Parts: sequence; structure tokens; C-alpha cells
Amino acid sequence: MSANSVSYNDQGSVESGVDAAQENSNIPVSISSGGAAFSLFSADYKKCWFSVIADGGMDSSFSNARSFFGQLSRSEENLREFSFQSMIEVNYCDLAGLSALMDLIVVLYTCKMNGGLGSLRLEAAGVMRNALVSAENLQLTLKSDFSSEEQALTNNHKSGNEEKSSRGNEDLKEMLESSKESNLLKLQFEILLKKLVYVYLVRYAEEQQDLALLSISTFQRALKDPNQLIRASALRVLSSIRVPIIVPIMMLAIKEASTDLSPYVRKTAAHAIQKLYSLDPDQKEHLIEVIEKLLKDKSTVLSSSRDSRALLMSVVMAFEEVCPDRIDLIHKNYRKLCNLLVDVEEWGQVVIIHMLTRYARTQFVSPWREDAVFDENSEKAFYDSEEEKRVDQSKLYIMDPDHRLLLRNTKPLLQSRNTAVVMAVSQLYWHLAPKHELSIITKSLVRLLRSHREVQYIVLQNIATMSIQRKGMFEPFMKSFYVRSTDATHIKTLKLEILTNLANEANISTILREFQAIGRCATNISEVTDTCLNGLVLLLSNRDETVVAESVVVIKKLLQTQPSQHSDIIKHMAKLFDNITVPMARASILWLMGEYCEHVPKIAPDVLRKMAKSFTNEEDIVKLQTVNLAAKLYLTNSKQTKLLTQYILNLGKYDQNYDIRDRTRFIRQLIVPNEKSGALSKYARRILMAPKPAPVLQSAFKDTRMDGWMDSGLAQRMRSASGYLELSDWPAVAPDQSVRNVEVVEPVKEAGAPALGESKPAKSDEKFYSDSEEEEEEEEEEGSSSEDSSSSSSEESESESESEENSDDSNKSSSSQSEKSSSESDSEKKKKTLKNKKLQQQKPDSKDRKQKNGNTVKGESESESGSESSSSGSSSESGSESGSELDSDSDSGTDQKKNTKSKPVQSKPVTKYDGSFLSRESPVSGREGYQESEREGEMSD
Amino acid sequence: MIHSLFLINNAGDLFLEKHWKSVISRSVCDYFFEAREKAVEPDNVPPVIRTPHHYLINIYREKIFFVSVIQTEVPPLFVIEFLHRVAETFQDYFGECSETTIKDNVVIVYELLEEMLDNGFPLATESNILKELIRPPTILRTMVNTITGSSNVGETLPTGQLSTIPWRRAGVKYTNNEAYFDVVEEIDAILDKSGTTVFAEIQGVIDACVKLSGMPDLTLSFMNPRLLDDVSFHPCVRYKRWESERVISFIPPDGNFQLMSYHISAQNLVAIPVYVKQNISFFETGSSGRLDITVGPKQTMGKTVECLVVTVHMPKVVLSANLNATQGTYNYDPVTKILVWDIGKLNSQKLPNLKGSLSLQSGAPKPEENPSLNIDLKIQQLAISGLKVNRLDMYGEKYKPFKGVKYVTKAGKFQVRT
Repeated sequence: MSANSVSYNDQGSVESGVDAAQENSNIPVSISSGGAAFSLFSADYKKCWFSVIADGGMDSSFSNARSFFGQLSRSEENLREFSFQSMIEVNYCDLAGLSALMDLIVVLYTCKMNGGLGSLRLEAAGVMRNALVSAENLQLTLKSDFSSEEQALTNNHKSGNEEKSSRGNEDLKEMLESSKESNLLKLQFEILLKKLVYVYLVRYAEEQQDLALLSISTFQRALKDPNQLIRASALRVLSSIRVPIIVPIMMLAIKEASTDLSPYVRKTAAHAIQKLYSLDPDQKEHLIEVIEKLLKDKSTVLSSSRDSRALLMSVVMAFEEVCPDRIDLIHKNYRKLCNLLVDVEEWGQVVIIHMLTRYARTQFVSPWREDAVFDENSEKAFYDSEEEKRVDQSKLYIMDPDHRLLLRNTKPLLQSRNTAVVMAVSQLYWHLAPKHELSIITKSLVRLLRSHREVQYIVLQNIATMSIQRKGMFEPFMKSFYVRSTDATHIKTLKLEILTNLANEANISTILREFQAIGRCATNISEVTDTCLNGLVLLLSNRDETVVAESVVVIKKLLQTQPSQHSDIIKHMAKLFDNITVPMARASILWLMGEYCEHVPKIAPDVLRKMAKSFTNEEDIVKLQTVNLAAKLYLTNSKQTKLLTQYILNLGKYDQNYDIRDRTRFIRQLIVPNEKSGALSKYARRILMAPKPAPVLQSAFKDTRMDGWMDSGLAQRMRSASGYLELSDWPAVAPDQSVRNVEVVEPVKEAGAPALGESKPAKSDEKFYSDSEEEEEEEEEEGSSSEDSSSSSSEESESESESEENSDDSNKSSSSQSEKSSSESDSEKKKKTLKNKKLQQQKPDSKDRKQKNGNTVKGESESESGSESSSSGSSSESGSESGSELDSDSDSGTDQKKNTKSKPVQSKPVTKYDGSFLSRESPVSGREGYQESEREGEMSD
Repeated sequence: MIHSLFLINNAGDLFLEKHWKSVISRSVCDYFFEAREKAVEPDNVPPVIRTPHHYLINIYREKIFFVSVIQTEVPPLFVIEFLHRVAETFQDYFGECSETTIKDNVVIVYELLEEMLDNGFPLATESNILKELIRPPTILRTMVNTITGSSNVGETLPTGQLSTIPWRRAGVKYTNNEAYFDVVEEIDAILDKSGTTVFAEIQGVIDACVKLSGMPDLTLSFMNPRLLDDVSFHPCVRYKRWESERVISFIPPDGNFQLMSYHISAQNLVAIPVYVKQNISFFETGSSGRLDITVGPKQTMGKTVECLVVTVHMPKVVLSANLNATQGTYNYDPVTKILVWDIGKLNSQKLPNLKGSLSLQSGAPKPEENPSLNIDLKIQQLAISGLKVNRLDMYGEKYKPFKGVKYVTKAGKFQVRT
């Protein structure tokens, strides 16, 4: 279609169309008001409107077309088709009209693509062609350019138009490329059109892969655009096209973008990693490389801009998705993550906190040793170990400063408005904090209960799980769990659940008053069982039948748990028996009678007599219990009940229910002696009257294991779901903490050094080793972190020891070997070998070394966890022992330990002033340096 | 994370769907419909529904179910919180979040959803940023667009992605610089038969409407910050300043936002503004009952109680009510069994009273429990906890803003048991 054939502003037809509309209705014909009134019209009027628009070509109508087409989503299907046809006739003469068309197509494709619209699709393709031609015209008239990305989109859009002819495609391309000017109007339009096309493209690329491929080259060009926004969005679209063939292109683009100067583009790259991974998991190894690179990104520390923060969050997201098991990548970024946590966007906080929780569980020793009264596992270890050792342990546990850092930095987030963040922090505290610090999360969790219904549900579920293990936590807030009449059912249930868990001697009376599900309260606390029983018996006189029935059922359970001295209660129930109609309750009473018929020898036969009378009218469940009762009585008191039993068995024999017939037959064979009866009948009494174990009444939440994530709704049920990551047990021996120190030898770090220099240009070289304190202070301010100000004391010596370490290493290692206890030797030896290797290679390839580092750490953690899981009791004990020994080590080296926190801070200037070469070549890793200094401390002691 | 989103109305029609990754057939919603069927009341639909291959996490707001489809492990609260944020954004953009408005603005809805999530992960959820990317529709703009023929597109390239403060857009300009703060407190309480407090707490929020040019840095301080021990903040608030100095220091977003919310649960601090004397009884014979309710002021701190409404959910057997109110009007709906007594302003000289008889279904047994009363009220110019804003200081900008603080106390879930 050429520009000449486009006819618009056909005034005559507009008027006629308007007239037609006017004739048909009294609706004012102001098209501008049409949008609002539109929904009120009948289908016929709507048709009129469409023809008005179609015939129109009035400028104003186009701007309104959007609202009209918004209506399309809910207009009838035939009407939609009609309107579509009329749309085809419209010749788009301005931007608004074109954008309206795009809207329409988006609406049609994304919103209502159900079966009946198949024909519309073809038409839509045709319309798209028209639109593109119109766009072409506009290019001419406005003499403006579409960005290269825009071209890509438009082109692709064209290609998306199914098999329609590509007439005009070449022209369009030329036109788009030739036009160079730009104006504001164009820009606006461009963005909108781009967005809409983007929606369309991403939605349908997967279904029409071949066509989507045509757009790729233009995206690649856009990736080199000078505008960071365009680069980023090109990457975004490119990575969203789920076409396997372009995986290599995406990989390349991601790699390129990850070194982009703009943090915004790098962030997009991080997002793209996940997309690529989900498209093709085989790319994992390459993607991990990119993640590693991005994690080390310096800008996250220094620039306070939003994008660099967002970058951090995106990278962690990608990390979680692609390689959650590679915690070795986190080591060097751990402190950075902790310190920046407060400033990251709320959604990112959730992800990072979850990741850090997992990380911390693998890296720090359990802080629960002394006071882990509620934790069953550690309790075992606690008592199994010898008395002396226990004392040692409790004395010697000192929290890793990094562990403390994490807890301290997450604490303020409990005040986030985002419930997910609060929950994430709570979980972090639950899994990582010493027991006595747990209480601070309680208040925040209770606060969440004021939130939306759904949030309440999830939070209550979590509290229910927590309250089983640690009643004390929520006791002060018991009243928050009182049930309101307005609560939804599942919330009421959960609240009752929690109240039950919270019940203890002190508050039981309060709860009882509040509480209907008394049964469980009673069994949990044996002292109050009698009180409960009395309360329940009182309830028995309640007129509400269901209440009585419930209480009978509960009493039945309670009596079973008690030695049977409650014959008067049974008598009372026998009296009530006539009035109770709820089958379950009747059955329960009958069962009680049978079970304790020896305690109530007079009443039981009487009840049986009554039952014999009404047997045929009873429910099945009652009949079964009647048969049971009869059998039991027959055995204990056959004189009185022989005939009755025979009668009931006869009734049962001809019952309609096969279950009852079976049971009757069975019972008859069992208890009535005859010549055929086998050996079993001798044991009939023992079979029937065997003491039954009491039912175990417990919370349904008890089985949710607490050492898992415990993450409420999903995790409780979602164990099978993909991507669920089990939280590991605490390591018995703390993995080397100094792995987190290293920044000195990171070659990638240095690449970012100029950027670092920019932010702090005032510093001079003299400060290199001497004035680290001052620098640290500044760092503190920048990172908005709260570091221990006391920790900077012995940095100097430490860094010196690092540099010396290289030469001294072999001596030290040999001397220290003898000091080592056998239990800790395993992991230590590995490190040792690693060290030696390094010594041999004078200039090891840095990347290679890093890899090794990572592998060893991984190996360590694997072997630990393996040994723990394989043998439960003894190995865990030995694990804790060895842990204590390590602790004693660390005790002597406390000073140095403190240092580790400030170390990355201190080491940054090193990288900065030392120039990249020196530090790259020195084979000193922080890990070794740290161990060394620790040992030095020992020796000096 | 979040794979797809379906919007479903109360009648069970699926009217909008959006996919962020590959397309998931809408038949996945059948599981939801099943659960919806089972739950009877929309409130009782479980928020997390498990299906063989997916998990459906849903919220119910404004008579719309937001059903999201999840395939991988994700904190459920994360999704729920996000869905609520989506609903709030719709509300912010279209005035209300209803099926009609969503359908009317379906294109903007799609644009919003596209911006809010990338590959299923939240991208831009701050209203300030979103509004920069996508202009909300207004009547005025529709008019202007109609006349000038322009469309609903932003004037400039979105810069929000690059602004240094995530929640505030750059280049804000007002001729009148104003900052308003509303301290709104809600009392949640359960009173027992004799009028003693079983449970009471105050839930407070500070809503702000800040229209200040440039990049103002505000500090809000209280006369008695010790009252607040359990608070949650908008991300703009600096936690550290609060921890150390108990002041709220922040660079505000532009426009309306909730600055903070707090929670006061210490019972002795919670004043109960009204007392209720009630006597509802049903007679054993004659299928009738008696109702007598009097409301009076208790601790109102010298302010008048307004908009007083007493709502009673009657037992099912109550057919009609023949009552006499000394003040206000009452209305009994025999279908929903809800008695509403709209009192209005509470007059302490002449206490409002509602008295009369209830007629019950004949032959039906007398109801077992007495209904509880729900009370709604409002007190202007009073924060019942006694919280007072001390001062608001502004740094970073030269002009002098107009500052205003308003206090309101409302009844939240205020229940009297009988």
C-alpha cells in the first residue's frame, strides 16, 4: 500500500456516520465523551460507533480510539470482529491512531486469545501491515527517526505478522534507517509503541520462532547503542525471546553487558542470566562466570545509586536461580552484602536474606549450644557429652564476628513495611540467632497479624510452627491470637492451633475461658486434665447438640489417656446417651461403655438393651460400635447379655451394610463357641479387651520439621517443588572464616579501581599501610555500615604478617601441624596442601587458583555434611567436640578474629594504591594470611 | 518467581491474564475454582493452593481474586505482598481497583504489569517511578488529549531508572509547597459482658501527603516517641536515625504515601472511648426476645465521639426487630440478619438507647449464644494513644513549606461480647 492510496479526512463519511449514530440513539455524538459512555451502549450502538470511527479519520477520534479499544476486551465477540474489520479500513494518519491500533492488537492478543478469535488473527496481521505502512508515511511526514531498537521492534513486528506478505518491508527499513532527525513527539510515540510491540513480541515469539528470529540482528545492533536505556532494553527484549536457537547470541550479549559501564545495563544482564538459564540450563558454567564477575562489581559498594543496588539484588537472584550450591562465590562478597542490605530494594532484601541464611548455616557454628533446651538434637548432644566438656563448650562459644554482623544488619529490617522482608528476617533469626535473641522477632511477627487476610494466614502458620518449639516466645502476645467472629475459617483454626501450643500451667485458665478445643490443652498439660474434664462434663449439659457431641468425642480421647477411674463420668454419659443424636458421639459413648464395661457393670448391659431396641434405626458407625459393645459384654458378663448379644448379632447379620454383616459374622465366630471355632476363640477375650494405646493428641504442625526452612505455606508443602533448597545443618566445625576476607588478590577487583579512585580522590599514597584507621572510618560512612570501631587495632600487624607469610609459610605449617588435634585435621590438611601447591607455583594463574580455592571449600563442606548425615549420634558428638577445640583456638586468637571484619575495608586501599600488578602477583590469599596470624598469636601466648 | 497472573471476579469469570515467562494455560485456574467452590465465602479461600505442577497464590481484594501461578520455591509472603502492591497501584492509578476500571484501562494495566515485573521478579513497584514511566489517566488529561489529539504518553524519556533515590522522582516542582501528615489510630478491642477489657491495642499509621519541590530532607519528631515501640517504616525512612535519636528522618516520595505504621499493645495505654451497656435475651417460650443497648462516653479526652455505629449479627432465628431508638436510626435486615444502629454523634447528656423486642422463628429453639456487638466510631483531633508530633524540619531546600498535622481516632475491630 502506498501513501497515495491513503485517504483520510473524508469529511462526508464522517458526517454520515455521525448522523447514523444520532439517528439510532439520543446519545451525544461527541466522540470524545464516547469512551466513558461506551460501556452503556448496546451492541448495535457500539457497531455504529465503530463505523463512525472507521469512516472517520477525524484526528480526535484516533486519540480516543484507545479508550474505545480498551472496551473491546469486554465487548461481545462478534462485535469485536466487526470492529476489527472497520479498523482495517481506517487509515492511520497520526501517531495517536497508530498507538491506538497497537493497543488494540495488544488487547486482542494478550487479553482475549480464546478459540473464536482465530480468524481475527489473520485480520490482525493485515491490520498490522496497514499500520506499518502508515507508520512509514509518518516517517516521511515527520522526518524523524526511529531508534535502531525501534526498527528492530517494528521489523520484528512485521515478521510476527504470520505469513502475510512482506510488501513494504524493505521500503520501511530503508526509510527508518535513513531518517535521522528526532523530535519530542516522535520520542513519546516511540516509547509507547516500543513497549506495546515488546509486549506482543515477547508473548508470541515462542510460538512463532522463525519469524521472531528475523528481529535478532537489529537487537544486536541496539546493544551497541550509546544510550544506556536502549542498550538495556534491547538486552531485556532479546533475553525475553524464548527461542533456543539464539542462546549463543544471548550468551554473548550477556557477557558483553556484564562489563558494561552502566550499572543499569549490568543489572539487566543479571536479569538476563536467569532467563537464559531457564531457556538452556547447559549454559550454567558460563553463566556462573558472569555471576561471579557481577558479584564482585565494585560499584555496588561505592555508588549509592539505585541501579547499583538493584544490580546487587539481581545478581543474587541470578545466583539463587542458577547455582545456589556454589556458596564459595559468596565468601568474598559476604560482608558487602551484609552492609548494603539495608539500602537494597525491599524485594531484593528478601532474596538476599534468604541466601545469606543458607550461607550462614554452612559457614558458622551453631550458637545454640548452651541454651538449646528446646532443640531436640542439640539436647541429645548436650547430655551425651561429658559434664566437663559441656561446661567448656558453653564457655567457649564465641560468635563469629561475621555471624554477628549479619544479625546486626538485618535487625532494623524487622521494621520494614514489606511483610515478606519481616518474615525473611524472622526466619533468619530463627535459624541463626542464639536462642535468647529470638525474642525480638516476636513483636514484629505479631504486628504482621494486622495485615491482610492472606498475610495473616501465612504468618500464623509460621507462628504455629515456631510456637511448638518455643512457647515462651509468643506467650506475652497470647491475646493477639484470640479468635474474632470476623476471622476467616482457616485463620480461626490456626489461631486455635497456636493457642493450644501456647497453653501451659500459668495461662491455661485464661485460655480455657477463651477456648473450645480443650482436648489438646488437657493432654499437653497433665495437671489440668481434671479441670478440663470437668469443664467438658459441664459442656455436656449444654443444649447445643454439636457441642455435646464434640465434647463426648474429646472426653473419649481423654479417658483413654487416663487410667480408667472416671466411672462416674461414664455413668453421666450413659445418662446423656438417650438425648444425643449425633452418630459420632453415640458411637464414642458406646465404645467407652465397651472398653470400660468392667467399671460400670450395671449400666453397660442396660445401654446394650436400649441399643438392641433401636439398632435398626442407627447409623452404621453406631451399629458397629453396638456390635463391639455386645461382644465385649458377652465376654465379660455373658450371663446377663447372652441373649441380647445373640439378638444383635442376628440383626447385624441381615443388615444392609456389608461392613456390618462382615463384622457380625466375624464377631460371632470369634466369641460364640461352636465346634468349628478355631484356636482364635480362646483368645477372644484377649483380642477384644486388649488395653488400647491412648491416642496421641498433638498439633498437626508438629511434623513440620523445624530444621528445614519452615517457610510457612509453601515450604511446608512445597518440599517437592522445584527449586526448594534445604537448609543445611550447622557445620560441626566452622569452615575457615577468613575466606571472606580476601580482596587483596582479586584481579577482577582491580579492574574497577579507577572508579574507586574517583570517589575518594583526596587520598595519597603515603597512607598505604599506616593510616588505615582513618580510611576505614570513611568507608564506614559510605557503606552506611556499623562496624566495630574497636576492631581496627591490630590491622597493621596483620597485614604485615600477611606479606611475610609467603616466606614463613612452610615453617609455620610444619610447626603447627603438631599442635593440631586429630579431629580437626581433615579440613586443615586440605588447606595445607593447597598452600603448598601455591608455593610451588610462583605466579599461579589467578583464575585457576580461585577455582581451586572454591573447590576445596566446596569439598570441605560436602565432606562435613556427608559425615554428619551418615551416622547420626556418635558423629555429631565428635563433631561438636572438634568444634569446641576449634573454638579454643579461636579464643586465643580473638583479637585477630575481630580484625577480620574490618579487613576488606582495610584491604581496599591496598588494591587501590598498590597498583594492580603487585597485588596480583603476590600469591598471598587472605585465608592463609589469616591462619598465619592466628597461629602467631598462639605462639606469642 | 511469579510466572503468571490471572484476575478473576467474584462471579468466577477470568477477565485478565498476564504471563511473564512462557504461557501457562488458563485451565490451571480450575484448581482455584474448585477451592473457591469449596470455600463458599470468598474470604475462606486458602491463600496457597497446590496443584500437581504449580502453586496458586491468591489474594482477594475489592471483589477480585488476584491469582498468581508459581512454579519454583518462593517465599509465599513475597508473592502475596507483591499482589497487594499491584492492587494498590491500580487503586493509585484508577482511583479504585475494580473490574470495571481495570477493563476500562486495560492497556495501562498491561503496561503497568510489564513494568512491575521482569521475568517474574519485581522491578519497579514504587508509585513515583511507575508514574514517571506510565502516566496515570485523569479526566483532565483525557480532555486535553481529545482536544489536542495527543495521546497518553509521557512527555519525556523516563529517567526514573537512573534517579539516585529509588522512591522519589527527580525534578519535582510545586508553586505551593505543602506537607501534610495524618495520624490515624484504630482501636482494636474485645470487651466482655461486664465491660472489662479482654484485649485492646492501638494500630496507628501516619499517612503523608508531601508536595515539596526539589529534594527536601525532612525530619519529623514526636513529643513522646517512647510510646512507639513497635514500628514499621516506608523504605525512605532512615532506620539508624530512629534507632539512635527516635526521630523520623527521610527524603519523602512525591505525593501520597504511608510514612509509618505502629502498634501499641500495652493495655494500660489503650483508652476505651465508649462503654456499652447491653442486655440481649431470648425467652424460653413465646419465641421472642428483648434487646436493650445503651452507649455512653468513657475516656474521650474531652472530644466528641462521632459516626457511632453499632452493628449486631443476630442469630439465624431472629425474624424481625421492633425497636425504639432515642437517637439515630436503626435498620434490621432479615436476610443477612444484621442489625445496624447508626447513632451519629454521641451526646453525653442524653445517652443514646436502643430498646425493644425481637421476634423469633416460632418453634425454633432459643439461640444458644448472644450475638456480639461491633462498634464503629470516629474521634476527630485526637490520637487516642496520646501521640503528638513535635515538629517537622526541612533541610536541603530553601523555600518555606506549609506544614499540617491532623489526628483521627477510629474504631478498628471493636467488639463487645454479650
